[in-house]
Amino acid sequence: MLDLKNYDSLGAALRDALERWPDEVCLIEADRDREKCRLTYGQFKEAALPLAAALQEVGFAAGDGSASLSTSRAAIIMTNQSKWLISAYAIFYCGGVLVPLDYKLTPEEHLALLAHSKARVLIVEYHLWRAITQAEGFPQLSAETVLVTEAPPGAELAGARRWEEFRGSGMPQFIPRGRKDMASIVYSSGTGGRPKGCVMTHGNYLEQCMALTALYPFWPGVRYLSILPTNHAIDFMVGFIGPFTCGAAVVHLRTLRPEYVREAFPRYKITYMSLVPLVLKNLEKGLRARFAELPPHKKLVFDALVAFNRALTRRRPNLALSRRLLRQVHQAFGGEVRALFVGGAFTEPATLQFFYDLGIPVANGYGLTEAGTAVTLNDFNPFRPDTVGKPLPGMEVRIVNPAPDGIGEVAVRSKTVMSHYLDDPEMTAETIVDGWLITGDLGRMDATGHLQLFGRKKNMIVTQEGKNIYPEDIETAFEGLPVKEFCVFAAHYLWPERTMVGEQLMIVLRLEAGQEMSQALRADLAARNRRLLNYKRISGYVLWELDFPRTASLKIKRAVLAEQIGQQLTRASVVPL
Amino acid sequence: MRTLEQTTDEILTLAATHFKVSRAELTPDDDFFKKLGIDSLQALDLLSRLENHFGVELPDYEIQGVTDFRTLASRIQSRL
Repeated sequence: MLDLKNYDSLGAALRDALERWPDEVCLIEADRDREKCRLTYGQFKEAALPLAAALQEVGFAAGDGSASLSTSRAAIIMTNQSKWLISAYAIFYCGGVLVPLDYKLTPEEHLALLAHSKARVLIVEYHLWRAITQAEGFPQLSAETVLVTEAPPGAELAGARRWEEFRGSGMPQFIPRGRKDMASIVYSSGTGGRPKGCVMTHGNYLEQCMALTALYPFWPGVRYLSILPTNHAIDFMVGFIGPFTCGAAVVHLRTLRPEYVREAFPRYKITYMSLVPLVLKNLEKGLRARFAELPPHKKLVFDALVAFNRALTRRRPNLALSRRLLRQVHQAFGGEVRALFVGGAFTEPATLQFFYDLGIPVANGYGLTEAGTAVTLNDFNPFRPDTVGKPLPGMEVRIVNPAPDGIGEVAVRSKTVMSHYLDDPEMTAETIVDGWLITGDLGRMDATGHLQLFGRKKNMIVTQEGKNIYPEDIETAFEGLPVKEFCVFAAHYLWPERTMVGEQLMIVLRLEAGQEMSQALRADLAARNRRLLNYKRISGYVLWELDFPRTASLKIKRAVLAEQIGQQLTRASVVPL
Repeated sequence: MRTLEQTTDEILTLAATHFKVSRAELTPDDDFFKKLGIDSLQALDLLSRLENHFGVELPDYEIQGVTDFRTLASRIQSRL
């Protein structure tokens, strides 16, 4: 791999990678069982540089000004595919700042984050662009240049240009950036109110990449299966920067359908894959169903082999041995899998153990966008499914104000921690204190240096799909509800629980004097809830009989209200919706 | 050519059979995540079965944000 210590920016590292492995395959893109494209590093470069040249021709990232200038920001809204990575490289080559947005957000949310990021260029898939142009706020779109991918012939592009035709002539100028320069603005939340744009530097990413690849190396021939969206911090690192700086290949699968995910393993001889707990559980369910169908005598032998494998790999994995003992299972996974990475949300130890016993190590970890990608990761030395692993090289983790049982708030210090929240010094000061990132998660370090998580102190939930949901962000869905006032909370924020599962959102309603919780009001509440994406919905409501405490500027004092509710009501007061 | 009502009815029947709920309990405006008690991957699984039944192909993004049977039916109908 490239020695990233010698690089100052992602652009420089990627540029050298494209020169070093020109004939190695770097990208394979498949839609279901159809392969759509396959590129070598040399072909990737040929696709990206004319795009960089065209961006420079329209003045993108012009001059030698700081990369923090908004003129150098470019947003990408795409599903995971080759054009995502080609575009990102072109942006970095120009010395630009990447703004990766979640394609699953609504058009209104996209417009809000585009405005907040002040992105000058937008690169977007056609179907997403079409939705954006139909949104009410479209006339306020601030991006000057919009490039649309895969637009059908003759499609109305509303002022945008076709990505495929946006090609400059001549060699673009490579614009160097420093380690402390802004590389990206990644939104960890705030679509509904106060955007949290994490400003990541080139140094953040280079350090994170070195830490991860020290534990899980990539090399030419390794194939990483990418199903998480590339705007996700995990996929951006292990599905782009990591493999590319090591000469490995990324396989983009443009569907999450379980049957095609399963088929991709043997078809492309996958080495690594990142996934969220929901997908991992689905894989487990599928495998368990297949094992249950084995004839009794074969099931007996199979169970014995699994038990044997478990005993022989108790201290550390032995891939060669597991592949021999459990040949059919490994063949179903293509026979080349070295590890799966699971993150974004809590994973049940029993699921991790299930795969480990089959000789398929699933490395669970803990991380947050603000800290780069991963803070801790299981290294299987030994396997500890009851923890989220040990801190990666270069990460310092401490427990703030631990209770007698050692549980307290997790704080992180490392070169991978973001620079700041974009245009929000107040929130930055609350989150990074004396150089330590205050995570809002509750944990304990055990005697062997493994981190165990026990719940959340902050007012948010994480779904099994790895989605962070902040109550403030969904409150707009309930605006206009005919009540005196309302406030959405994570239930554990009101009634703390030491668990990482079953997190739910609920709404607190303060009715008008004399008002009752009528059928009509309940139906209105349920209808508004249904308009939210399924993973953002509240699970119930409670009625509160006092006025909400508010600041001088009339903002709800959420922490104070939460404390009052937590003391006077119990979880049993929540009425399911 | 099926009408939208026929398409919707077939979707409800298939969903009821696949997820083992009573057909009579399902209506076009139901939120299928809630009514069937399924997650997003199970919804994709349902979509694959519907594609096979109707002989169409819908990209994943076509059902992004879709939560009720009626909208799902209209997306399928537009491809028939």
